[in-house]
Amino acid sequence: MSAAAVHSLWTTAADPISKIETPKIEYGQLSPTLIVIGGALIGVLIEAFVPRKSRYYAQAFLSAVTLAAAFAAVVALAAGGYGTTKAHIAAMGAIAVDGPSLFLQGTILLAGLLGVFTFAERHLDPLAHGNRVDSFAAQAASVPGSDSEKAAVKAGFTTTEAFPLLLFAVSGMLVFPSANDLLTLFVALEVFSLPLYLLCALARRKRLMSQEAAVKYFLLGAFASAFTLFGIALLYGYAGSVSYATIAQVVDGTVTNVDPALAGTMGNDALLLIGAAMVVMGLLFKVGAVPFHMWTPDVYQGAPTPVTGFMAAATKVAAFGALLRLLYVVLPGMRWDWRPVMWAVAIVTMLGGAIVAITQTDIKRLLAYSSIAHAGFILAGVIATSRDGVSSVLFYLAAYSFVTIGAFAVVTLVRDAGGEATHLSKWAGLGRRSPLVAAVFAVFLLAFAGIPLTSGFAGKFAVFKAAAEGGAMPLVVIGVISSAIAAFFYIRVIVLMFFSEPHPEGPTVAVPSALTTTAIAVGVAVTLVLGVAPQYFLDLASQAGVFVR
Amino acid sequence: MSFPLLTATVVLPAVGAIATAAVPAAQRTAAKWLALVVSLATLVLAALVVVRFEPGGSRYQLTESHAWIKDFGVRYELGVDGIAVALLALTALLIPFVILAGWHDADTLETGSRRWRPTQGFFALILAVEAMVILSFEATDVFLFYIFFEAMLIPMYFLIGGFGDRAHEHGEKVASTQRSYAAVKFLLYNLVGGLIMLAAVIGLYVQAGTFSLPEIVQARANGSLHMATGTERWLFLGFFFAFAVKAPLWPVHTWLPNAMGEATAPVAVLITAVVDKVGTFAMLRFCLQLFPEASKWATPVILVLALISIVYGALLAVGQRDIKRLVAYASISHFGFIIMGIFAMTSQGQSGATLYMVNHGISTAALMLVAGFLISRRGSRLIADYGGVQKVAPVLAGTFLIGGLATLSLPGLAPFVSEFLVLVGTFARHPVIGIIATFGIVLAALYTLVLYQRTMTGPVKPEVAEMPDLRVREVLVVAPLIVLLIFLGVYPKPVADIVNPAVKQTMSDVHQTDPKPEVEAAK
Repeated sequence: MSAAAVHSLWTTAADPISKIETPKIEYGQLSPTLIVIGGALIGVLIEAFVPRKSRYYAQAFLSAVTLAAAFAAVVALAAGGYGTTKAHIAAMGAIAVDGPSLFLQGTILLAGLLGVFTFAERHLDPLAHGNRVDSFAAQAASVPGSDSEKAAVKAGFTTTEAFPLLLFAVSGMLVFPSANDLLTLFVALEVFSLPLYLLCALARRKRLMSQEAAVKYFLLGAFASAFTLFGIALLYGYAGSVSYATIAQVVDGTVTNVDPALAGTMGNDALLLIGAAMVVMGLLFKVGAVPFHMWTPDVYQGAPTPVTGFMAAATKVAAFGALLRLLYVVLPGMRWDWRPVMWAVAIVTMLGGAIVAITQTDIKRLLAYSSIAHAGFILAGVIATSRDGVSSVLFYLAAYSFVTIGAFAVVTLVRDAGGEATHLSKWAGLGRRSPLVAAVFAVFLLAFAGIPLTSGFAGKFAVFKAAAEGGAMPLVVIGVISSAIAAFFYIRVIVLMFFSEPHPEGPTVAVPSALTTTAIAVGVAVTLVLGVAPQYFLDLASQAGVFVR
Repeated sequence: MSFPLLTATVVLPAVGAIATAAVPAAQRTAAKWLALVVSLATLVLAALVVVRFEPGGSRYQLTESHAWIKDFGVRYELGVDGIAVALLALTALLIPFVILAGWHDADTLETGSRRWRPTQGFFALILAVEAMVILSFEATDVFLFYIFFEAMLIPMYFLIGGFGDRAHEHGEKVASTQRSYAAVKFLLYNLVGGLIMLAAVIGLYVQAGTFSLPEIVQARANGSLHMATGTERWLFLGFFFAFAVKAPLWPVHTWLPNAMGEATAPVAVLITAVVDKVGTFAMLRFCLQLFPEASKWATPVILVLALISIVYGALLAVGQRDIKRLVAYASISHFGFIIMGIFAMTSQGQSGATLYMVNHGISTAALMLVAGFLISRRGSRLIADYGGVQKVAPVLAGTFLIGGLATLSLPGLAPFVSEFLVLVGTFARHPVIGIIATFGIVLAALYTLVLYQRTMTGPVKPEVAEMPDLRVREVLVVAPLIVLLIFLGVYPKPVADIVNPAVKQTMSDVHQTDPKPEVEAAK
């Protein structure tokens, strides 16, 4: 009797280990995200081990290089055909590598890169005890107004943690629009939200306001996350899976093998409707659509302006990407259910954002409401449910993010003794005092208003055209009406800057370093190029307009 | 490929605008000269267009076509017909005078700062407006037209809001408030019009799948593009609303008196003689050709609105205390005539309307620019502040009179021909409307002559006793315009020859033929 046979007398062989599938991870295709996470982790190590004096330079350099490298990886993937012919689902079904993913990841990375530039700006604030300082608190943990805060300022501390936090946020944002199952979606949501909550609280000036903004953002964001998670649970109950593809099949009725554990609930439409509504609600919160927009003005106003600019641009891109994928990949089978709801949301978002913005007196709040109105315009493109709809939304998001970052970067320049002078009355006569800065801001405002020859017009035209072709002409009409309302307050700012008498003790325009200048210059250049010759980028967006299933 | 002449007429002022804006602060006189030279060079190019254009030739001439934004179906397509050539020439002709008349308009804003360069800005903006207006006359692609139709609002807005009269009866603070109010009103009215048009432009694309005007017109003519009646009417209304705001037509005219009242005289000329013409021009080119059936459907209402504009504008002009606002209301009345001529749907009416656009441009420019010279001398826009000017400044008063007489369509001056044609053309189809419109002429005589009487005749007011007469620069501005008014009043054939074939073509696009004269029908 052989040893093995003897052995089998009193033992049974367990399933060979090879039966448990080894996860197959396509590292190359996930490289953009991995590079950013790696950069963020190194950033944490820098915080721990590099002397305080050198941290700022190390962090700023590392962040910029990381984002640039990740962008290069995205370009390499896109050039390798992963956006079109080789689009597929990677990482065991968790991540979709396809056109929309790569396009949005590229946009987020560029927005993040410009964000790093504005984060790293140290020429705007006056020297604090001989040290150059950026927009972030000297020491976030010290109580505002306390002795420890004073000591931190005196010692010339800076919160260089902002850079790794930004990288972590970007890594979450990269995964968010490419998540291909609901759990990945949720993890990505948390990964990018938590650093943003922290970043919002880090303002160097008006710290209480900044902390208040962070708390509001966190509480409401936590609510939204809870909604999303509950919705995910319900959808799992409905489909027996968190995978996008499987849920879509169950929605379409092509899956018949019922999971015995879920026999009681599977295929129950109530679960689908409620679950989908809750997940979509969570995404609409991140997008800032009415009625889930309440956090936007407070957070935009309270957060340090570079953070606001980065967040306004990149969060919107990521969240709309995730929304598109959810609606187009998972829920196309129930578009007759979600389209009327989204119609309503788009209408109230466009009108609500535009109308409320009229009464604003703070430039950051004004831009916040304007971002709400823009979310409405983008939703009009989402509703189109066509390939043109996808590509128009992609184009709009790219155009919008550069305008936004540029506009907020300009806001950081206009300062008085209390820091940034964000009250609109202080902007009076800026055009006389600093014609160039005012002219640049006017370009951004005109782009927001959708005046032809700016990227804003091309984007608006693209989404409205897609919506009209998708049969949503009334939405287009409401869209142009709210554009007209929105134009009113953009124009009002221009009037204020150019035609009002300058206030004698008005704010001064700080001379920025090359960093902020680059961010603003890129913003202006992209705004004009996408306005005058958008064809190449429309092609790009239209090639990228197909989701992998 | 032949030389892209039409593109050149746009690129030259556009490049000139950038170059002017880039002139350093210290060389502001050089900026003025640069702008003037560019505008004159553009005039030369426009003259070349007129020469190369063959009135009896194909529908659109000197055409250019390049791909632009493929995804939107947009092409860079240019081409001119007779109507466009006439207005192109008018624009190119008026801009040098506008620049020359506004020679010192920005001087008071100079602060000596190295970064603040209002003079450069003023002239660059004028050239930018010229480039955009010319392109919108030349565009045969609906989208291309739309872009510049909208974009020209921005430089106009800065011209209105940024530069005002040198003196103001209520002081600079009130003036700047009123100016920015006027600028915002101008922009909002036109932007709302434009955005509504945007919805219609998108709707048109959804229907037609192209933006090319000739292609759409052809497709509609041979039946390959069918639009439901309701759709066509909605799209027509979307387009017409934008053009009616721009033109402006009662009841969306209220921005014009503010804008013209607050802007400097040259900018006011730019508004009424150049930019507003795009509105009436576009009615002819886009509304009628793209939506012939809907145009006919809307004609009765539009004629009544035009009639209201004529009479209402004239009545309000009679009651004005402010010289510039008076000219503005007179213009509203005249735009009523133009729109009436377009929608009378007779070839006389439409030829008259096109001639009217040209003549109104020249006559208003003459009147308004002289009024501007007058206002700059006294520092007041109120009619009551003047009196007896003809005794101290006879040349100024004389040119003012000729401009005024042209505005009231005195026979022998250019506007008479066009007004007569419009009335005849309207009468042939809508006698009652034609008759009522005639009262507009009577009222025009009233407001013009009363204006002249109150400002120029009577005892010399002490404030105007020292008023200098026109300077050489000012005479250079006014004299050529007056010569043109007289020349075209006596011999309108050159313009009429260019315009008439295009009008015939437009009429046939709308499937309209002139009504037969009654006498002939009775035989």
